[in-house]
Amino acid sequence: MPDAPGLELIRGEIEQDHPGAVLDTSFDRNQPALVVDSTQTLAVLRWLHDAPGQGYTFLSSLHAADYLPAAPRFAVHYELLNRDRVERLRVKAMLADRSAAGPAGDGGLPEIDSCVELFPTAEFQEREVFDFFGIVFRGHPNLTRILLPDDYVGWPQRRDFPVGGEPVTFTYNERAYG
Amino acid sequence: MAELAQANGSQNLDTEVMTINIGPHHPATHGVLRLVVDLEGEMVRDLRPIIGYVHTGIEKSCEDKSYWKVIPFVERMDYVSYFFQMEAFCGAVERLVDLEIPPRAKYLRTIFLELNRIHSHLVWLGTTALDLGAISMLWYCFRERDKILDLFEMATGQRMHTRYFQVGGVIEDIPVGFEAKLREFITEMPIRVGQYQDLLDRNEVFLSRTKGTGVVPRERLLELGVTGPLLRAAGEPWDLRKAFDYLAYPEMDFKIPVGTVGDNYDRYRVRVAEMVESVRIVEQALDGLPEGPHIADDRKYVLPPRSELSTSMESLIHHFKLVTEGYRVAPGEVYYSIEHPRGELGCFVLADGSAKPARVHFRDPSFVNLQSFRDMAVDTYIADMICSLGMLDPILGGVDR
Repeated sequence: MPDAPGLELIRGEIEQDHPGAVLDTSFDRNQPALVVDSTQTLAVLRWLHDAPGQGYTFLSSLHAADYLPAAPRFAVHYELLNRDRVERLRVKAMLADRSAAGPAGDGGLPEIDSCVELFPTAEFQEREVFDFFGIVFRGHPNLTRILLPDDYVGWPQRRDFPVGGEPVTFTYNERAYG
Repeated sequence: MAELAQANGSQNLDTEVMTINIGPHHPATHGVLRLVVDLEGEMVRDLRPIIGYVHTGIEKSCEDKSYWKVIPFVERMDYVSYFFQMEAFCGAVERLVDLEIPPRAKYLRTIFLELNRIHSHLVWLGTTALDLGAISMLWYCFRERDKILDLFEMATGQRMHTRYFQVGGVIEDIPVGFEAKLREFITEMPIRVGQYQDLLDRNEVFLSRTKGTGVVPRERLLELGVTGPLLRAAGEPWDLRKAFDYLAYPEMDFKIPVGTVGDNYDRYRVRVAEMVESVRIVEQALDGLPEGPHIADDRKYVLPPRSELSTSMESLIHHFKLVTEGYRVAPGEVYYSIEHPRGELGCFVLADGSAKPARVHFRDPSFVNLQSFRDMAVDTYIADMICSLGMLDPILGGVDR
């Protein structure tokens, strides 16, 4: 793992090439993380992938989290791995809630650039994030629901989506209770 | 002929592509997987896996349970490798609350994880050989698998979904007589693996169906995020047990089997060799099993021993608090990954300061590895596709979660 000063070095180098891309760094529980601007995430990922001395070429996991009630509300996490140095680095892209009730509400879905070109492994995982959080990945080759049915309404992993209340569609229930 | 081709709109009728649907209920798809396959004669020209048929919203349900109640939920994701899900979740929570587990717990966890790895590979070997027509393999593999389940039952009370790992260690020490039974198993198992190899390694049908089929280059596998035996079969010696320091693995002496070509035969060889290595790890862990407590002595996270409840008011209060509300975890997030029988199993836990996790996400290796299936199967025969799917070894409970 890059240690806390190493993380600041990485941040400084990214700042030279992409000013304003890194918003913050964190070193919580010995896990380094870069908090990046969602419009420049792809540039940062590409830099970490290609820049000499970095080589974070393996994307272990891509997932999202909902930090309700914090703002910005959503984050897409990229768990990067350098397999030569056995170092992990997390990149967090923060995304504001654009639903009508939110502060930046224009009714749309949060959007971020897809990284499928850079990491083909992200294809299924970006579809999963779209499926459960309603985060749109611009440029994804086939951004459809993956685990839920295509006609499902709602984004169930959001924190304000209630647990339960989902009707169970067994034929017996329909016969017995209409 | 030219006129005929003209009359058919220059279409060669032999090359018409037919789209067929395989699954979701089909014995060769190893679970509830649906494949939409474009076939040109017997050749697969394109395929799309369609998943989600056993999606049960486990990750969402976990957000509604206190930390210790999440453990039995996550076990049910990949239902063949339940100990790994438990370890990923418990390990992530231990890192969140900064809880060190005692050495004996580390060794016990290592023993059960490796037994579970053998168990998982046995289920894979039995069912995949069954797909390829080697029916007797299923009975032999399930015979040994049952012995592992007997061991699980003896130590944990359950054959499957044992809920044996706790945050802080394991729930109970191994019972009297367990060691002898385990030693019996580890002397027998390498002989059994040799017998499987005798049955398959000179089986002409098995060899001709696995050798040279389903090859995906190593670079492509890495791009697709494939880990585990599939990647190692392509010659990449990447194993999280060696790369990262967790449980008792740094103290164990074991090898990482790798393949050369990356075809289905190499995948079979790598997994069979891994079973032998796992037996070696179990043996070393059993020999070196340290004395001492099997669970951490931190009353804020770990239940007090049963015997103390009738004598100590303090213990009773702790017990009550832990069972009713559970423990609160300071805000933070952790990604913890371990080597699962199918690759990297990552667990992401986000804590918001309450007694329930705000997000539990599993990076399941079956889910990610399934993306490589198209590369394996396109432009091969449909029979090779079935072989590649077996060798891919997806567990659909883990894919859909």
